[in-house]
Amino acid sequence: MITRPPWALLLLIAALFVPALGSRFYTFLANDVVIWALFATSLNLLVGYTGLVSFGHAAYFGIGAYTAGILMKQVGVPFLLAFPAAGLMAAGFAAVFGFFCVRLTRIYFAMLTLAFAQIVWAICFKWNEVTGGEQGMPEIPYPDFAWAERVAAALPFLGSYRTSEYFYFLTLVLVGLCLWILRRIVGSPFGRMLTTIRENPERAEFIGVNVRRYELAAFVLAGAFAGLAGGLFGIFNRGVFPDFAYWTKSAEVLIMTLLGGMGTFFGPALGALVLLWLNQQILSHTQYWPAILGAILIVLLFVFPGGIAGATLALARRLGWRSARA
Amino acid sequence: MLEVRDLRKSFDGFQAVGGVSLTVPERSISAIIGPNGAGKTTLFNLITGHLRPDSGAVVFKGRDVTGIAPHDLCRLGMGRSFQRTNIFPRLTVFQNIQAAFLSHRGRGWNLLTPVERLYAEETETLLEAVGLLDKAGEVSGFLSHGNQKQLELGIALALEPEILLLDEPTAGMSAAETRESIKLIERLGRERNLTLLFTEHDMEVVFSIAHRITVLHQGKVIADGRPEAVRCDPEVRRVYLGEWH
Repeated sequence: MITRPPWALLLLIAALFVPALGSRFYTFLANDVVIWALFATSLNLLVGYTGLVSFGHAAYFGIGAYTAGILMKQVGVPFLLAFPAAGLMAAGFAAVFGFFCVRLTRIYFAMLTLAFAQIVWAICFKWNEVTGGEQGMPEIPYPDFAWAERVAAALPFLGSYRTSEYFYFLTLVLVGLCLWILRRIVGSPFGRMLTTIRENPERAEFIGVNVRRYELAAFVLAGAFAGLAGGLFGIFNRGVFPDFAYWTKSAEVLIMTLLGGMGTFFGPALGALVLLWLNQQILSHTQYWPAILGAILIVLLFVFPGGIAGATLALARRLGWRSARA
Repeated sequence: MLEVRDLRKSFDGFQAVGGVSLTVPERSISAIIGPNGAGKTTLFNLITGHLRPDSGAVVFKGRDVTGIAPHDLCRLGMGRSFQRTNIFPRLTVFQNIQAAFLSHRGRGWNLLTPVERLYAEETETLLEAVGLLDKAGEVSGFLSHGNQKQLELGIALALEPEILLLDEPTAGMSAAETRESIKLIERLGRERNLTLLFTEHDMEVVFSIAHRITVLHQGKVIADGRPEAVRCDPEVRRVYLGEWH
């Protein structure tokens, strides 16, 4: 058996050096990418593995962000508890909304996910007492990094970092852990059952798969990980705002997933990287970012339906690199 | 083994199945024949839980299973293959069969074990039995039509059924493919002590292997019995006039 190099682990280690080697701006960008990578990968559990296209995935991202934000800012709960709470709260809402959504198929499923997301957005927008309404909730505190500073002081060769950089390291480790769990899930028998539903729900039903129940489980898991991503994003963003749950966020994460390639596990993360990087690059040259995004999408849909990852793998196969696989 | 009592189903006023009763004894090979639109596939869908009958009952192993969901019926030991090829096209041949094993043996809710080698031995044994072992790694959607039918049979057998319902198992096959696949079905049925119920339009196939034949016409049974008796039935001859002699 050939052991492949642990690419994901190597990449994680490389990413740890961004603050030391890159500028403050690159750390910021990298942190953004890492969080969106988790968000997009959670969506891919539905779109790429189960064949369910959700137009309302931002709802769970928003719910996670508000949960962590409210707990940390208003209640003073430490991050260590607020972070899992973000995932649990999002999973709870996903279970309730998903219960109804999986009863529908295709476009009706997508429309219902969108409807629930818009309800979540409207509540965040109007419920001033709890969510801060339209103004959102600024100044979410960073987790307490006093311990990390003590460690850094004791081991001077590690260097010292800003709070935002400590948060980047924390994000990296937590997202790495979440992606590892997601990877295990899609490579498990459960993950295989999800792909049978994507391929042929009628046949799946007749090999004994309770299609709705599996779809709901996938929906809840995807919601939970989106909630975790949202919890991190609120802190990273120094504030939580209603547009976290708005449909444009749902569209953005869906575009990342398609751009990177929903047929592969790391495709959506790659999509997050490319889209956010392009966004930064192009915004400094032109104001026509949405138009360029549209053009990218059109090329993508017609020329590379498998996304960047799919196109790369196809090219690798053509070059005779036989170990290339999704 | 399987008993169908006075099953009825209408779609928008059109009566697709109008009071069908039949009995399938254990370890027998029974066929349902009839012209196009006679209600064969609808009858199958009623038996296997894809459709809910307007009235009537399906009794399987002495238990009333009318209107039970397909995934539950399949656990009770009823397997089915479909008229249109019905596989998981972007999974490999191996993964198709393995998925059936995983689901049937209740491993589907395992979220953490790597899936690759689970039930690999059982899967390979079954692939060999249906003659697809050399194609195990291929993406199933690219197989020939005949091979896909074999794969479908394999998926159904992975569920360890006691009765297997085959909806036109040789549809779209050449004469040679048909002979091969009928031999395969007959052999597997014998080896695994299966009860077989199939629909078919190829009369040669039907009369070569069926112990019992039920003839449907416009949603009703017009003849039912041993092949010789059915062949001589005047009503059957009238319906099929010119189709066979």
